[in-house]
Amino acid sequence: MKNKKQLFIFDPAYRGRTASFTLVIAAYVILQALRSSGNLSSLFASLLVPVTCYIVAAIGLNLNVSVSGELNLGQAGFMSVGAFTAVCVSGRLVAAVSAGIPRLIISILCGAVIAALFGFAIGVPVLKLQGDYLAIVTLAFGQIIKSLITNMYLGFDENGFQFSFVENKCSLAPGGKMLLNGPMGATGTQRIANFTAGTVLIIIALIIVYNLIYSKSGRAIMACRDNRIAAELTGIHIANTKMLSFVVSAGLAGAAGALYGLNYSTLVPNKFDFNTSILILVYVVLGGLGNMTGTIISTIVLVLLPELLRSLQDYRMLIYAIVLILIMLITNNEKVKTMTKSLRSRFAAGRGADKKEAA
Amino acid sequence: MEFLSYLINGLGLGSVYAIIALGYTMVYGIAKMLNFAHGDVIMIGAYVAFFALTNFGLPLIPAVLLSVIVCTVLGVTIERLAYKPLRQASSLSVLITAIGVSYFLQNGAQLLWSSATKVFPAVISNGSLNIGSLQISYLTLITICVCILVMAALTLFINRTSTGRAMRACSEDKGAAALMGINVNFIISVTFAIGSGLAAIASVLLCSTYPSVFPTLGAMPGIKAFTAAVFGGIGSIPGAFLGGLLLGVIEILAKAYISTQLSDAIVFAVLIVVLLIKPTGLLGRKLSEKV
Amino acid sequence: MADRKVILDIQGLGIDFGGLTAVNDLNMQVYEGEIAGLIGPNGAGKTTVFNMLTKVYQPTRGKIFFDGMDLEKKNVVDTTKAGIARTFQNIRLFSGLSVLDNVLTGYHNAITYSPVEAVLRLHSYRRQEREAREKALELLDIMELKDDAEVIAGNLPYGAQRRLEIARALATGPKLLLLDEPAAGMNPQETEELMKMIRFIRDHFEISVLLIEHDMKLVMGICERITVLNYGMMLSQGTPEQIQADPAVIKAYLGD
Repeated sequence: MKNKKQLFIFDPAYRGRTASFTLVIAAYVILQALRSSGNLSSLFASLLVPVTCYIVAAIGLNLNVSVSGELNLGQAGFMSVGAFTAVCVSGRLVAAVSAGIPRLIISILCGAVIAALFGFAIGVPVLKLQGDYLAIVTLAFGQIIKSLITNMYLGFDENGFQFSFVENKCSLAPGGKMLLNGPMGATGTQRIANFTAGTVLIIIALIIVYNLIYSKSGRAIMACRDNRIAAELTGIHIANTKMLSFVVSAGLAGAAGALYGLNYSTLVPNKFDFNTSILILVYVVLGGLGNMTGTIISTIVLVLLPELLRSLQDYRMLIYAIVLILIMLITNNEKVKTMTKSLRSRFAAGRGADKKEAA
Repeated sequence: MEFLSYLINGLGLGSVYAIIALGYTMVYGIAKMLNFAHGDVIMIGAYVAFFALTNFGLPLIPAVLLSVIVCTVLGVTIERLAYKPLRQASSLSVLITAIGVSYFLQNGAQLLWSSATKVFPAVISNGSLNIGSLQISYLTLITICVCILVMAALTLFINRTSTGRAMRACSEDKGAAALMGINVNFIISVTFAIGSGLAAIASVLLCSTYPSVFPTLGAMPGIKAFTAAVFGGIGSIPGAFLGGLLLGVIEILAKAYISTQLSDAIVFAVLIVVLLIKPTGLLGRKLSEKV
Repeated sequence: MADRKVILDIQGLGIDFGGLTAVNDLNMQVYEGEIAGLIGPNGAGKTTVFNMLTKVYQPTRGKIFFDGMDLEKKNVVDTTKAGIARTFQNIRLFSGLSVLDNVLTGYHNAITYSPVEAVLRLHSYRRQEREAREKALELLDIMELKDDAEVIAGNLPYGAQRRLEIARALATGPKLLLLDEPAAGMNPQETEELMKMIRFIRDHFEISVLLIEHDMKLVMGICERITVLNYGMMLSQGTPEQIQADPAVIKAYLGD
């Protein structure tokens, strides 16, 4: 009996996790099959990698927003740090590590680690604040990161790296290469990201987040969210706990950004602005707080929605906005809420009866 | 002298931020929500004023009035349709809805009026007052005066009228206010009306300084003004005033003395430093929890 | 009492809020294995004393020694680690977590695996989780909550929430348990059961208990010694019999 309990996968308490992994793997298999049989339009094929990136960033943000209860409006900032780190690392290593996959792994790791370090540095002041004040500071950091990267110039040649700020003062020897070019961002990046790497990244992100949630750290994070004072009096160090969720979230965003950056030959810093942070937040909230499977589904739907509405041309973003508002109004409608509740309890009761019969 | 003129220009820009910030802070104080669509109400106000001035050929004051009326109606309508059904919902749901409204307004404007930038006519005299070597444009002076007037009128309204008293009561405790016979829904509508009307005034001042009108015009001033409101302590009306002015001054001084490109980064960095020293903003109330 | 060891020693404790003195010159001791009571009219400063003992508030004056350790420079988490656990007058559960998880958070400092070990699901993670889970279920059994282990804490009935708070506090492995109005909102029968439970906890876990309570039947029934606070000052101290006979106490409770 005891051994059986250790097979967490079949434990009803972990049903959410099983659903997430099943969804990701099934989607991967189906999409790969469609693609290899030529049934996937080039437009959708081009969206595969970005979707996986947004999913990873959204899973990280979900840890932040719903598990930890902190409203983070700067997730795009961490993506940006990860993206430009990875693009620079990959660009620098083109000659040394010519094979795509090892270079991709190294670049993503670097992106994740640097973003996590940023998360730590930013977390020290941010986590002293609460509620909307914390939200505005994450927003401010997102803006600062964007503004700094927009003004960075980094190049390298046989003599090593050259860095300048605000104005481009790099004078590279022939054969040298600009890695960062201020507002132009990174250009001439080798596109080494692919859908498989994105799927693997999602699975890693899910493993990290779920294993963290179902551990003492996860309990501590949720305890701090539910009741700070009681958590502290239960012996939980609040700052450390919140920092953990913030750093993990930033690291995942960094990895997501890294993959994103390596999927395009050019990348401008403006890509990761406030709107991108908001977009990721929308994926998380719409998918249901704390529900990773929901996050994955809502990210896929919301990235695809504007593309599916492409035939409506100019109206598509307007419809997107209306859909967003309507979903919020409907899911928060008291009548709809009671209806789903009764449906759910009926469903649960039905399942309970099945169990009894089986016993 | 140079410093003084930068300072006054900063106060001018800050006045615009302050007027917008009032909209954020009042709505936050009463409805406890971050109205992310506020910046886009400014944009609508700018378009209305633009068409009133150019296509209809109205003089300045009627054009501003028309813009104020349209924005007021728009603000109240948004509140009724999108936010009112969410009174009991989580703050995140309300935030996402506000973002949806923001997208809606931006894309609606783009459909109606195209994304091409329109040039706002120079309706406020572009002359300037010369005191010695100091040169202050009339526009800056007018902006500062309007801001002071708005502030004074709002303070009188909040402190001297029964509606103002009801607003203060609602910001303390909506439940208790309702038990005292205050129509909370009406008060929230009034708050949105005032905030949106002010946004229209701000839009004209803003577009007179930076004369281009486009669908995402409200986004950046919106974020800045929101920052200003937090800077001063969100929920506090004098805080929004102070925060707006300071933000404007810091932005102009940073542009003048440090770097134009980095001015935004500097503004946000100052905000962070201030919040670390005063975690609820300059004039915000201390949060404390009873154990 | 002379042969028993003092676990908590409060000397001249006081705290001011602004110009207001909430507690002043409080001296009291709790002995090992004792159930002690802290009573007084509303607003007498009882909960404030608990807040000072757990360092939620920093005392303005006086000393607190717990198990021989001076608490002056300690923070909230330190007091828990040192062995002080408490419950709250207005229940403070982690309402979004299950009953079992609420108790498991109590083992936070007893569990030593790192987040990395948790993510990698190493042996240390599985072993420690299993052990903590077994201990937590044992505690829930004692507090008569075992059947509700998977229920979300916020959905429990009131009395069960109070018992869960005690279970969570016990999970931190305390030497001294501070109970802030444990019987509030309970009916006489529940209170009766609670009294038995408190005694059982004291004997089973070999800890001391200091409780704040308005239910005089409970206080007089299980406390060995009682301290009475009034307007932040100590009014009286002694056995239940002595307290009941003290004219100053009667006057404070019944008025002039």
